[in-house]
Amino acid sequence: MEPVLTVENVSAAYRKNEVLTDVNFQIKPGTLTSIVGPNGAGKSTLLKVMLELHPTITGNVTFFGETYQTAKSRIGYVPQRGSVDWDFPTNALDVVTMGLYGKIGWFKWPKKEHKHKAMSALKEMKMQDYANRQISQLSGGQQQRVFLARALAQDADLYFLDEPLAGVDATTEKAIMETLKMLKESGKTVMVVHHDLQTVEEYFDQVLLLNKKVIAHGPTSKTFTKENIMKAYGGTLHWMGEKR
Amino acid sequence: MFSFLSYNAQSVLFSTFLLGMAAGVIGSFAYWKRQSLMSDALSHAALPGVVLGFTILGEKNLFVMIIGAAITALLGAFLIQWIRSSSRVKEDAAMGIVLSVFFGLGIMLLTFANRMPGGNQSGLDSFIFGQAASMVSKDVWTMMTVAIIVLLLTVLLFKEWKIFLFDPSFAKGLGISTAGMNVLYMATLVLVIVVGIQAVGVILMAALLIIPSVSARYWTESFKIMVLLSALFGGASGMIGTFLSTIGKGWPTGPFIVVTAASVFLISLFLGSKKGLAVVFFQQKKQRKSMELVKMTREVEQ
Amino acid sequence: MSYAGWILLTASLVGLSCGLIGVLLILRRMAMMADAISHTVLLGIVCAYLITRELTGIHMLIGAVIAGLITAIVIQWLHTRGVQQEASIGIVFTTLFAIGVILIATKVGNAHLDVKHTLMGEITFIPWERVEVPLLGSIPEAVVLLTAVLVVVLFVIIAFYKEWKITSFDPALAASLGIPVILMHYLFMSLVSLTTVAAFDAVGAIMVVAMLITPAAAAYLWTDRLSFLFLLSSIFGILSAFIGYYMAVWLDTSISGAMAFSTGIIFMISFLGSPKYGVLAKFISRRKPNQRTYKIS
Repeated sequence: MEPVLTVENVSAAYRKNEVLTDVNFQIKPGTLTSIVGPNGAGKSTLLKVMLELHPTITGNVTFFGETYQTAKSRIGYVPQRGSVDWDFPTNALDVVTMGLYGKIGWFKWPKKEHKHKAMSALKEMKMQDYANRQISQLSGGQQQRVFLARALAQDADLYFLDEPLAGVDATTEKAIMETLKMLKESGKTVMVVHHDLQTVEEYFDQVLLLNKKVIAHGPTSKTFTKENIMKAYGGTLHWMGEKR
Repeated sequence: MFSFLSYNAQSVLFSTFLLGMAAGVIGSFAYWKRQSLMSDALSHAALPGVVLGFTILGEKNLFVMIIGAAITALLGAFLIQWIRSSSRVKEDAAMGIVLSVFFGLGIMLLTFANRMPGGNQSGLDSFIFGQAASMVSKDVWTMMTVAIIVLLLTVLLFKEWKIFLFDPSFAKGLGISTAGMNVLYMATLVLVIVVGIQAVGVILMAALLIIPSVSARYWTESFKIMVLLSALFGGASGMIGTFLSTIGKGWPTGPFIVVTAASVFLISLFLGSKKGLAVVFFQQKKQRKSMELVKMTREVEQ
Repeated sequence: MSYAGWILLTASLVGLSCGLIGVLLILRRMAMMADAISHTVLLGIVCAYLITRELTGIHMLIGAVIAGLITAIVIQWLHTRGVQQEASIGIVFTTLFAIGVILIATKVGNAHLDVKHTLMGEITFIPWERVEVPLLGSIPEAVVLLTAVLVVVLFVIIAFYKEWKITSFDPALAASLGIPVILMHYLFMSLVSLTTVAAFDAVGAIMVVAMLITPAAAAYLWTDRLSFLFLLSSIFGILSAFIGYYMAVWLDTSISGAMAFSTGIIFMISFLGSPKYGVLAKFISRRKPNQRTYKIS
């Protein structure tokens, strides 16, 4: 099976520090991969580098065998929640519709069909009742669900999410993971920068341990081992109780 | 130095030197507090106060005008805070609003004042671009006194300033009142501004607070040296700029001070020993060479 | 049209254009960048004069746009070199503005520019400087210029409405969707420069800032819909022009100063009294406990 994503020899710096060194990996379609690693390991940077939001020093990235520019319409991105001004005059439906702007193109307005699509994406995330709500009136978890709906509306084949579960309530976490699972089962590929080691095994079938370079990558059951985790986190982790 | 100038001219130069030093110091504090443009808003907000100080007395009394300036500047600071904390309007917009609205009010009042008997045209107008030449000895003394007070406060409380700017929550834990330091900071900032505007003018005062402190960053990593250099650069800009402005008749002082400070900045930007572009360029060249060496060694080993 | 009529029309056009641009300034958090550009266009105008020896509209416009773009570019460059955003703005605009003032004050090339004029505008002269326009007759040059700029601003905002929305709200997503975020940024800076210089003659540099920021900020406190923001901001801009003019006539004082001050009055009223986001409304809602409605069966 042709890999959905190939990363070769990628290295990148952030403010004079090298955060990614010689990163190599391939992602197969239909997988739900978590990217984990300690703070400063380069996880967010990796995402940004792949989406050409951050420059590389070396290496290249291919999607479905093509460059990012040609494959763009098949890729969906859910950035970290904190990066947006929630006082912006827009409602939930509008935010989701924004995800379609790339497809709508220059000089055209969103039509009914786009609004419908946005609405159904909201329905997927059970946010349809909040369609006309100004976004500052939404809770953190609701905002996250709107962001995910926006990515869903893009109908992508490959999704990147940056810490989608950070600071959300239990209901939202469940809703998000259900959606991601549904995406995987319909043949899409999902990569998630994840912050919580406790839930990696439960939620993800593949894991990529990153600390400036790829420490280990593969099926969670085989790769998410004590040794690999220790290698990735250096001495910064303390085990509480036995790992199953 | 400058012995060929009159006594008055010498004292004016000395006072702008001191002012520049004080501005440089407070400016570096403002930089680390991430409030560089606040000084711009406050300088503009001072204008109505200056004019009011004049209209109330009917004559130019620098002391009263300074009090007026301080009052409206502080009012402006308060409004910016209030707008920012009680509404969706963000800080940059709040600053822009106070800056322009207060300045507009100042211009309205200025038009009045210029019609009053004794409305000494150049007296008030000189607050817009600064006119050190119109300073009389009382003004000079006021400026020098304030500058010295500010510099003293800095020296005496240096370590408190340092920790307050770097890590206010930690400072609180050490027992340093951050509220008190904030008040002190605002007070000294406003003081420097209202005293400095007669030399630099309301529009460009912010420059004397911002430019020297940023220039200092290119020469050192030590906070203490940065503040010192900032004072030096500010003082030199104040003095040299004032001197240059006396060359032509009626040339405003402010722009010359700013251009002097900017020249110092450009020199620091390119040649500064710590982060100057020239230094960085050569450093990167060295880095690249050593990386290539490492790569080559690795390839040989494989 | 009467003398006062022309002045009011000119000021209203300023209020309109600035009100529209101001909305994007507020949302993109570029209020201080607008302040910077409104100062540096002075240097642009002076340089344009030195090169072309003309003080006519089109040369000023070009000089202003170039100055505005250079300002934005240099500020960006300084910032990527590690200088804080605010400080970068402060360094660039004060220096360029100071150079402009020096060039004028030292009468380099005998510029007939008056610094006070460019700072504060001279709207009272507007009705006198006229050009011939086919079909309409003799119209003040400033009105023609401002109308042209308004048309451009309206067109650019409407044509790229959704792109403005998304690049202001979430530039990272916009970039990932293929929208040229940086290009739009500089397009916007050019619009700001254009609007600023067109308004110069009427209200001068400093007051343009008031017109650019304050009506939009006031509107921001009334509505959650972007389209209404544009509408309300324009209305507030025009209102400030009218209130300012009549206040200045009544008090016999600077018209541009009064207009700037009027934007502040409107803002204060909005800040305190807006039912949605005003201070009083928030105060009241905090005191009233949630009302429950009881069904009577």
